[in-house]
Amino acid sequence: MSAVGSFSSHPPTRLSFKLNGEPVEILVDTYKTLLEVLREDLGLTGTKHGCELGECGACAVLLDGRPILSCLMLAAECEAVEVRTVEGLADGACLHPVQEAFADLGAAQCGYCTPGMLVSACALLEKNANPTRAEIREALSGVLCRCTGYLQIFEAVEAAGRKLAAGLPEKTGKTP
Amino acid sequence: MSRPLSGMKVVGKPRRRVDARAKVTGQTRFADDLVLPRMLHCKLLRSPHPHARIRRIDARAALSMPGVKLVLTGADLPIPYGILPVSQDEHALCLSRVRFVGDPVAAVVAVDEITAFEALDEIQVDYEVLPTIADPLEALATPEPKIQPYGEGNVHKKVALEFGDVDAAMAGADHVFEDIFFYQGNTHLAIEQHAAVGAVDPDGKLTLWSSTQTPHYVHRALARVLQIPAAHIRVIAMPNGGGFGGKSDPFNHEIVVAKAALVLGRPVKTCLNREEVFYCHRGRHPVTMKLKTGVKSDGSIVAMDLQTLLDGGAYGSYGVASTFYTGALQTVTYQVPRYRFRGCRTFTNKPPCGPKRGHGTPQPRFAQEIQLDKIAAVLRLDPARLRQSQLAKPHSLTANYMRLGTISLSECIDRVVEGSDWKNRYGKLPFGHGIGIACSSYLCGAGLPIYWNTLPHSGVQLQLDRSGRVTAFCGAAEIGQGSDDVLANLVAEVLGVDPFDIRLVTGDTDLGPVDLGSYSSRVTLMMGHAAIQAAERARDLIAQAVSAKLEVPVARLVFADRRVFDAQDPARGVSFAEAVQVGEAMHGTLGTTGSYRPPESAAKYKGGGVGPSPAYSYSACVVEVQVQPETGWVEVEKVWIAHDIGRALNPVLARGQVEGSIYMALGEALMEEMDYRRLPRHLSAALVHKFPSMLEYKSPTTLEMPEVITYLVEDPDDAGPYGAKEVGQGPLLPVMPALANALYDAVGIRVDEVPITPEKILRALGDRTAHRCGPKSFPFIEWPEPLRVPPPWEGGDGKAQNEGPRRRREGAIVAPDVAQPGLSPHPSTPEGRREKSDETSPAPELPEVLR
Repeated sequence: MSAVGSFSSHPPTRLSFKLNGEPVEILVDTYKTLLEVLREDLGLTGTKHGCELGECGACAVLLDGRPILSCLMLAAECEAVEVRTVEGLADGACLHPVQEAFADLGAAQCGYCTPGMLVSACALLEKNANPTRAEIREALSGVLCRCTGYLQIFEAVEAAGRKLAAGLPEKTGKTP
Repeated sequence: MSRPLSGMKVVGKPRRRVDARAKVTGQTRFADDLVLPRMLHCKLLRSPHPHARIRRIDARAALSMPGVKLVLTGADLPIPYGILPVSQDEHALCLSRVRFVGDPVAAVVAVDEITAFEALDEIQVDYEVLPTIADPLEALATPEPKIQPYGEGNVHKKVALEFGDVDAAMAGADHVFEDIFFYQGNTHLAIEQHAAVGAVDPDGKLTLWSSTQTPHYVHRALARVLQIPAAHIRVIAMPNGGGFGGKSDPFNHEIVVAKAALVLGRPVKTCLNREEVFYCHRGRHPVTMKLKTGVKSDGSIVAMDLQTLLDGGAYGSYGVASTFYTGALQTVTYQVPRYRFRGCRTFTNKPPCGPKRGHGTPQPRFAQEIQLDKIAAVLRLDPARLRQSQLAKPHSLTANYMRLGTISLSECIDRVVEGSDWKNRYGKLPFGHGIGIACSSYLCGAGLPIYWNTLPHSGVQLQLDRSGRVTAFCGAAEIGQGSDDVLANLVAEVLGVDPFDIRLVTGDTDLGPVDLGSYSSRVTLMMGHAAIQAAERARDLIAQAVSAKLEVPVARLVFADRRVFDAQDPARGVSFAEAVQVGEAMHGTLGTTGSYRPPESAAKYKGGGVGPSPAYSYSACVVEVQVQPETGWVEVEKVWIAHDIGRALNPVLARGQVEGSIYMALGEALMEEMDYRRLPRHLSAALVHKFPSMLEYKSPTTLEMPEVITYLVEDPDDAGPYGAKEVGQGPLLPVMPALANALYDAVGIRVDEVPITPEKILRALGDRTAHRCGPKSFPFIEWPEPLRVPPPWEGGDGKAQNEGPRRRREGAIVAPDVAQPGLSPHPSTPEGRREKSDETSPAPELPEVLR
């Protein structure tokens, strides 16, 4: 879908990157953010937006394993990177331990900030499966949640960390 | 619903909510996730002026842009609407006048979002700027120009009620306390921006998908404005990415995309940006309050006199209800023998205020709970014991005829007092460190619908299939609070299956019976009763058939563990699927319905429609703070909250509602505010939003959230499903005053307004006489003669003594103001230009529109 307005003066650019473990090659409008390309061009609507100005954190995705705000990143900057979204957390039909814990412990109410919270939590737990409460607060501080009051989210991250530390089978961080 | 509470399989068990998997996999479909073939995109052009007449709209340049399909203006949608029948004052696009920065003037529909966005710049609007009203004081002092054609000057509504002779009671009081408070407005800030998609179905009917808490009311507004029979309109409430009251009005953009879809015959979508969400607002009213309370020397209240002044913004919205709510629930927490309430809502040139979590109640609750703390300090009473000694009585009528059910507030206070070690810590912590207490109560669903009618407030329909599949249909909107889970929970409990076995079809006006919407904490109670009734009817049909097959009396049959069996011989039974089959064989296709309507209110006076509820929840809260006297910085160290929930249907979700309320309350208490400023005179003197962005509108992050100890106090109330009461709003109410009271304990100051910013704390610390920061005066308001209603204990019958006979008009129930079936009139026809609004008198001159 190309724009008809003034932005259209720039021709689309070819982009190839890895998305949830799979190679993607796509022509993208140069003005589009990674968020827009994920949601609108690639149909991965799991990643959300609450401001498109880098204020709310709902659009967080993992870029080479680190959480970034996809609304502040141009898709054209993503050549040859590895992007992981909420759609890429589960192993097939088998949920990631963080997803399981979020589901069981009330960490998702409306579910709108949840994708951003989940990928941020994954990034943390992949570095440190046994984070302190303060480390969890810090790692999730860029994502606003208006429903939960965060406490059940912290508990879910801790529970998932315990599961991961106990060495339960999981595919986190190892995109095939 | 007198079912045994023991032996329940689902109710009361901590469970994963039924929609959790969709949420944690990113598969929940929110309105902006919808993409339809041939879909067009819509953007609204919003006013840069807070108050102006529209003289001319030139859309020619925009329409000539490649990819632009349509430009709509006010004349295309001339019929007014509004959530309350008494305030039909909104237009989908302003007709001839803009009333706040952000009021929509025109809509562009184009092939993609960016084209629509760029085309907005090409629409030339010629405005004649009008003087603006910035706040209620200006509104009271400036009757002209009127922002709205109705009301008295710029006063939208004045209400005055008196229950018993308050002045006489005050004269006999040992002490009279008089305080003035200000509660700043704030907004919901749901992370999801409102989005909507309109489309014409293959059969020519209209469908609107929207992030709305109230699909039924949007349905009515569409029927009215588009002049289409309601039965030809389908509204689907998508799961909301947070609501908190901010998606409970019918909104401009919903009507515009519906209209555009009808005109163009293609799906049309819009998603508001964050700035626009701030302009949609409908959030907490800024309220100035004067609270006068007479007490005996033991602190017991003899009379209360409350005046409230609300800043309503530019439109009515829920404002009349909000105004009444600033007074209605002041009597349900403590015994108040006599009570006078006078409220006034003003129009200002700002985004309209409406309902936010707690709707109208947090403001006076803040006032009352701080004043109680002051009373305790003066009379040297313990603030917890002062409250404990005069709690409202269970199963009684209040002075203003609210019918109370169970009240476990005493136990709630005990729990937080014990948990926080109140007795050893209150008044005994070092300077800078303090704890404070406050209590509250809230309704479990508004007792009256928004438009007067005698229909059920909620309906549930069940359909059962020989496979054992149960589908529950209900109009209730899932806004994250877990209404879908409540529905599955209750149906599963009755039928003895797992909640995940139930299929749910909710929030869809075509497929489910009406539920009035996710507001006023009504869904668990009202939908819950409807669900239980429908499920019990299905169970009875099945039991009759299984009884015949197994030759076991119906009374001995148990529905549990996906089986139906003999209580005396559990091996003797059938699977649930077989049970449905024998039921289907005996009765034919199995389907049942259930519905609920609240009991009639005891309040028979005008205005008594706001406040009655089938049940009331109660909360007690202790907040612990650490204050830095040098900087005014406050850290909330810990919060203890006990909530009288009746029964927690799913404790995981109940706890989440409590903690979410604490979180939102702390934001209101410490930082959140909808603030406005005038641009410098040499620019335009326009009144603009100070910071319509999430970066500047501060809300608590993970780093600010304190530890919370939550106690769910369960004392089932017969009025609730399995005894359940609300939990989504009540726990917010005591937090702000408890925090303010903790400040007093910490550093001896009173901050009588929110947000309690470091600046205000420093100001109070610097005030060597009053040690206070807060409003100093309440304006003179010419109040009408109050309606005099003697309280129940003074021989009253719920009616006002000085009110003429009341006539209740049955509202048009299905399709208000529909002239005839058929398409909406074209704007070029006189009918299409029909000016139904009493926008100004005489009828406004519509702006010239060039296309």
